[in-house]
Amino acid sequence: MGLIYCSALIWSLRMGNMPRPKLLLLLALCVLGAEAVDRSNFKTCDQSSFCKRHRNLQPGMSPYRALMDTVQMTPEGLSMKVLNTRNKVELQLHLAAVNINTARLTIDEINPIRERFRPTDALSKEPTIAEASILAQDDNSVTLGFLQNKAVVTSDPFRIDFLVDDELAISVNSRGLMKFEQYRKRKNNDEPAEGQENGENQEGEKQEGEGDEEKPVEEEDEPGMWEETFKSHHDSKPYGPSSVGLDFSFPGVEHVYGIPEHADTFALKTTTSGEPYRLYNLDVFEYELHNPMALYGSIPVMIAHNAQRTVGLFWMNAAETWIDISSNTAGKTVFGKMLDYVKGGSEMPQTDTHWISESGVIDVFFMLGPNPGQVFSQYTDLTGKPAMPPLFAIAYHQSRWNYNDEEDVKNVDAGFDDNDIPYDVLWLDIEHTDGKRYMTWDKHKFPTPKDMQDRVAAKGRKMVVIVDPHIKRDDNYHIHKDAKDHGYYVKSKDGGDFEGWCWPGSSSYLDFINPTVRDWWASRFDLGTFEGSTKNLFIWNDMNEPSVFNGPEITMHKDAVHYGGWEHRDVHNIFGMYLPKSTYLGLMQRSHGKERPFVLSRAFFAGYHRYGAVWTGDNTAEWGHLQISIPMLLSLSVAGQSFVGADVGGFFKNPDSELLLRWYQAAAYQPFFRAHAHLDTRRREPWLFDKETMGGIREAIRARYALLPYWYTLFYQAATRGMPVMRPLWVEFPQDTSTFATEDEFMIGYALLAHPVTEAGASGVQVYFPGEGQVWYDVDTHKRHNGGVTEYIPVTLTKIPVFQKGGTIVARKERIRRASSLTSRDPYTFTIALDKQGTATGELFVDDGHSFKYRDNNRFLHKNYLFENNKLISRTMDMNGEFETKSWVERIIIIGLPKAPTTVTIDGVRDIMIDKKNLEFRYTPDTQTLVIRKPAVNVAQNWSITLQNLPCCYMGGDRGEGLGSYLCGNR
Amino acid sequence: MAETVRCVRGILCNFRSFLHTEMLLALLVLHVVSPFYNTAAVEILRPRGVSLLHKPFYDESKPFTCLDGSATIPFDQVNDDYCDCKDGTDEPGTAACPNMKYYCSNKGFTPKTIPSSRVNDGICDCCDGTDEYSGLILCEDKCREMGAVELEQRRKQAEVINKGFQMRQNLVADGKQVRQDREAKLNALKEEKQVEETKKQEAQAAKEAAEAPEKEAVDKHKKAWEEVKAARELEKQKEAGTAAFAELDLDGDGLIKLEEFQTHLEFDDDVDGEVTEEEAKTHLGDVTEVDLDRFLTESWPKIKDLYQGEKDKAKAPPAEEPTKGDTDEPPSEDPVPPPTDEEEEREEEEEEERFEEDDNDDEVEDEDDDDDLDDDLDDDYPDEEEEPDVDMTKDEAKPDEDEMPEYDEETKQLIAAADQARAEYTEANKKVNDIDTQIRQLEKQLGTDFGPESEYSSLDGQCFELETKEYKYKLCPFDKCTQSPKHGGSETTLGRWEKWAGPEENKYIAMKYTKGQNCWNGPDRSTEVRMTCGIENKLLSASEPNRCEYVFDFETPAMCTQEVPTNPEFTHEEL
Repeated sequence: MGLIYCSALIWSLRMGNMPRPKLLLLLALCVLGAEAVDRSNFKTCDQSSFCKRHRNLQPGMSPYRALMDTVQMTPEGLSMKVLNTRNKVELQLHLAAVNINTARLTIDEINPIRERFRPTDALSKEPTIAEASILAQDDNSVTLGFLQNKAVVTSDPFRIDFLVDDELAISVNSRGLMKFEQYRKRKNNDEPAEGQENGENQEGEKQEGEGDEEKPVEEEDEPGMWEETFKSHHDSKPYGPSSVGLDFSFPGVEHVYGIPEHADTFALKTTTSGEPYRLYNLDVFEYELHNPMALYGSIPVMIAHNAQRTVGLFWMNAAETWIDISSNTAGKTVFGKMLDYVKGGSEMPQTDTHWISESGVIDVFFMLGPNPGQVFSQYTDLTGKPAMPPLFAIAYHQSRWNYNDEEDVKNVDAGFDDNDIPYDVLWLDIEHTDGKRYMTWDKHKFPTPKDMQDRVAAKGRKMVVIVDPHIKRDDNYHIHKDAKDHGYYVKSKDGGDFEGWCWPGSSSYLDFINPTVRDWWASRFDLGTFEGSTKNLFIWNDMNEPSVFNGPEITMHKDAVHYGGWEHRDVHNIFGMYLPKSTYLGLMQRSHGKERPFVLSRAFFAGYHRYGAVWTGDNTAEWGHLQISIPMLLSLSVAGQSFVGADVGGFFKNPDSELLLRWYQAAAYQPFFRAHAHLDTRRREPWLFDKETMGGIREAIRARYALLPYWYTLFYQAATRGMPVMRPLWVEFPQDTSTFATEDEFMIGYALLAHPVTEAGASGVQVYFPGEGQVWYDVDTHKRHNGGVTEYIPVTLTKIPVFQKGGTIVARKERIRRASSLTSRDPYTFTIALDKQGTATGELFVDDGHSFKYRDNNRFLHKNYLFENNKLISRTMDMNGEFETKSWVERIIIIGLPKAPTTVTIDGVRDIMIDKKNLEFRYTPDTQTLVIRKPAVNVAQNWSITLQNLPCCYMGGDRGEGLGSYLCGNR
Repeated sequence: MAETVRCVRGILCNFRSFLHTEMLLALLVLHVVSPFYNTAAVEILRPRGVSLLHKPFYDESKPFTCLDGSATIPFDQVNDDYCDCKDGTDEPGTAACPNMKYYCSNKGFTPKTIPSSRVNDGICDCCDGTDEYSGLILCEDKCREMGAVELEQRRKQAEVINKGFQMRQNLVADGKQVRQDREAKLNALKEEKQVEETKKQEAQAAKEAAEAPEKEAVDKHKKAWEEVKAARELEKQKEAGTAAFAELDLDGDGLIKLEEFQTHLEFDDDVDGEVTEEEAKTHLGDVTEVDLDRFLTESWPKIKDLYQGEKDKAKAPPAEEPTKGDTDEPPSEDPVPPPTDEEEEREEEEEEERFEEDDNDDEVEDEDDDDDLDDDLDDDYPDEEEEPDVDMTKDEAKPDEDEMPEYDEETKQLIAAADQARAEYTEANKKVNDIDTQIRQLEKQLGTDFGPESEYSSLDGQCFELETKEYKYKLCPFDKCTQSPKHGGSETTLGRWEKWAGPEENKYIAMKYTKGQNCWNGPDRSTEVRMTCGIENKLLSASEPNRCEYVFDFETPAMCTQEVPTNPEFTHEEL
């Protein structure tokens, strides 16, 4: 197992061009790293000097004081200065209401000797300053009011409290852990190499000379402030310490979520007894589960939720960031005179968090909710709504490192058809290239890439190729030639092109911080420029943390220099996102802005959701990794990244047939659905397994395809409202405290609850059905379950426990074609699961599935379906949309209907002309299911279907409690 | 099963097209099968997508009962684009039912059954185009065109198959003959072995009979020689003693006295530079003087090893005189000389090549191995200066008197007779062993499964090669599969013959070779050889679909098990 650690390196050797000394060095690394994930390759907080400095701060000793005499209302909101009483450095604070129910706090230096980086590309646009006013002000505090919210800034000790509806929601610096290391000149500059002693002496002399208490206390230099070494890597830190840190408390909150990406529980753990959660995009080989170590991407967004409210926090900083979480039961705390709402003496839970970043400014957004949907909406008002993926992208993807050649591609493609399994996209990993020169093709293995893509596309399918950001240093490679000649590479601290080792051997890294590089990169995707590409080819960006095999922590040196003079340390966490961003732009430009791109990225930052999907990187074929996929994807989802998935089957190692089947079943109900595998694993196309396994996989994939209309609608909800597609239960049941730590089941949108089987040999699962008074129906059997209880649900190998929430309507296309694009004319089946009141609602979004016409030309349908009073009504939800489709309504299934109607009629709504007519139907009392045959109306139309001679209301009690209680006739 | 309530047909329950005219087409439009061009016109009406075989189930004059009996529906709901039957049989011509099959008769080509989910999906799946009737796409009838091509291909294929079949007949005959020959040979050998075994036993008896008198005579001769040698030694000692006596008897009075003895420092036991009287006395035999007789019998045997005569003193005595017999032959050179620098480099290169070409599986170990190898070399080949100094000129001819005299004639005859008997026995024994070897080989060959009719027998012992861009692959049937890099580097075994590995009912279509060279961090390499019919024995392709699991395609006439009609036609059930 340990030796697998080396496979990445060894793969770089296969490329051949690595000279022997390098090879030996890397092999030596291999041998050292012979134990699972090699934690020693990655820093602990103690090994990151700024983190250590912040973490050593004691609460309640804040040196900061807000200067009340500097309070000003400006067009940018409330402005004031904050003084560090110890070193007398003044900072500029801005506190503004932005957009809706959102506040922004920025704290920066005044006249700094070096500008600080702000990763504003996380934002889709500059937030709109909203109306706010000073409600009160005295010697020690000022209160800003906006909408139903208040922000109270207390001067001494400096803190800010956010109140929502006069209840305390978030406190800032209430523990006094704020620390802002201003840029400064290095002491004893002449002898930078000299030790601590000298400095101390000087300082001592100074202090003697000063003697004045008013004079600032010089901050002592600590080891690691001006240079730092980790393993064999030296960080020159030419600008010295520049970190920022601040604490945020959530009174009344026991559960906080988000801050992906970590392979850890969904409800975040307290970190007091271990390492803080770390955000630093890293290529971690064979990552460990239940560990706060940093992974491939970073979204510094935290959601705090309790039964009363939901709030969110966005720490907009792209530098290495650590987050400590502690939980205490806060007693009655003195908050300041405004805080008289505190329920006297009552104990309430509180979650405290401490955020530490190596550089940048303090720039924090507070999304004040107060419900989950509003928080998501507020966050995506700031960072933009997620990209609306093309339909094929949310269907099933088949990938492997690697499909070897065109013949292999042909055979795999045919294998799906031979076995009648649908799939939409076939992926090619790094081996398709000519020696890891991205955007080239191996001429022997892929001599006719366009023909190959055309053949795949002839069945309505697409292909994806990998394009990584490390560029092989080979003058005959046009990308390298251009990049080198134009100076498009990231520079090392000494000014030359940064060089590192990655798949192709010696590589340089395009500096995507430079907008010119981004534009140039985007233009590489023009069909005429990217040889062998067609419009059916889409892009996968990997290794963009960036992964540097021989770099510190397998990434780029922090003192590497980017466009604008920014150090890599300033931009690291957002750097990875620029690659897929540019790729997205490239794909968009290649269709002249007409077609929706599809991009998959491994590294990401806040705001990446505007461009594409992410997956959880190199997981392993183990049950634990299947289990962790749910909390990992949920953490991403609540942080705005809706389009997420994990490699089906596990990237490393070989899954047995049961694990593979269970993984397919789970992933069929997760947003991004792709099977992928390491080069060294056995082939695992579904038909290579036994009949039952393959049959089960086929059914799982087909279930996904049938549900695509619903998935697509959910992605539209994400793209328009910021609602995550995959949702924790508490998003739909905010008051159900039993759901707050749930991570073995989740909601797909508003209607479906999935509890995938993630244990070997399981004969059943314990499903919690959320929502007191709620009813649920098994999607396969229509068996009814009551909310608020946990039930044991027996499972077979082919059973996927999925339940539809009573009160919802879900659209399916039950005709399973070879690819999603072939279903555009196919009819819909609506499944109406009634709640106890006999009502249900649902939505359907329809467009051409691939273009921007829905956005630019209003070519879409957005329908709303409402069932109440025994009548199902199809209405247009968004009157702006118009779309012609051949799709019709094939079948309507109503579950939870206690009694058969006598007749079922369909009619037009308002001025829509539909001949009123009776419909055939079939009622099954056992499952209380009514199936209405062939309403045969076009889905674009508005119509109503009425069930006659049914009681007008029914209590929805348990079956057997009886039809007797349904008293009413037609209303 | 649940009670089912169904609306009464006729009260507006019947289907009406609402939008698309093409859906009407999908309904009850019966599929008219056009007659095959050169056969008698047969017009068969049946619902779209139904094969002739299933036609009887679809009787438009009666309500339709699903083939699984799950429901009975009015016939006008057959192919009405709504799935009523659990088994889908009411919708053979639409995509309404999951897992239903659509039948296209493909006149002019071969009929085809496709999943009905491919009906009206915009892709032409049937060459007659009947699967796409919605107007989404126009599919031309390409069956005749394709049929012509197909028939031509099949004709060619048939030629190959039939030619291969003929060749296979020969292979079968040959194989059978070979088998028979082998069996016959085996039987013959077994008989021969019995004969030879008897001969061997006889020869052994004869050998033993001849060796007894030989041994007696030789022993006798050797014993006599030992005695002579002992006598000679005694005489030699006496001469030496006498000479020493003469040297020691300085005053020549026929007596050696203590004083005379004390002049020889070799008797200075405590090495104090002086031979004391006590020391002299001890060596002399506890007396103060001895005469020659007493000296020879008592003193000389004790001191002869210590005594240094005039001759010895004249030259420095060699530390150790080589003992006779130790150096019968000139000292052999080192069996393997330590490698020169050049060789070492070459070895390293090879190591490196293996390292790089061997799928990079062994890097880490190889690196370690390199070091180990160096260490080993150091151990095995000490530096030259440490080597014992061997003087080749030292081997002088031995004096004749030390040689045993020749055996007498009688003994010589006995030895000759015994030598003869031994040679005869060796010969007889060798014959038996040779026969055993042959028997074993034949038994192994006869035990190998060369196919149901021994048709693969001729492949045994042959090897077939295939060159790809990077590698040369080799298949030696019933032995092993190998791979060697084309640009130098060592051969890797991809598996050794294990068994026929086709499916149970047809196991002779694939061979399995296992236990090849181990993959780093993986399994032993193995190869599956898939066999196809062809007119020559040829390795067609080699690939590695899973890491370290290879697949070869091999064609051979031995696989051409059936003759096919040379004028193939498409079989249409309706023809």
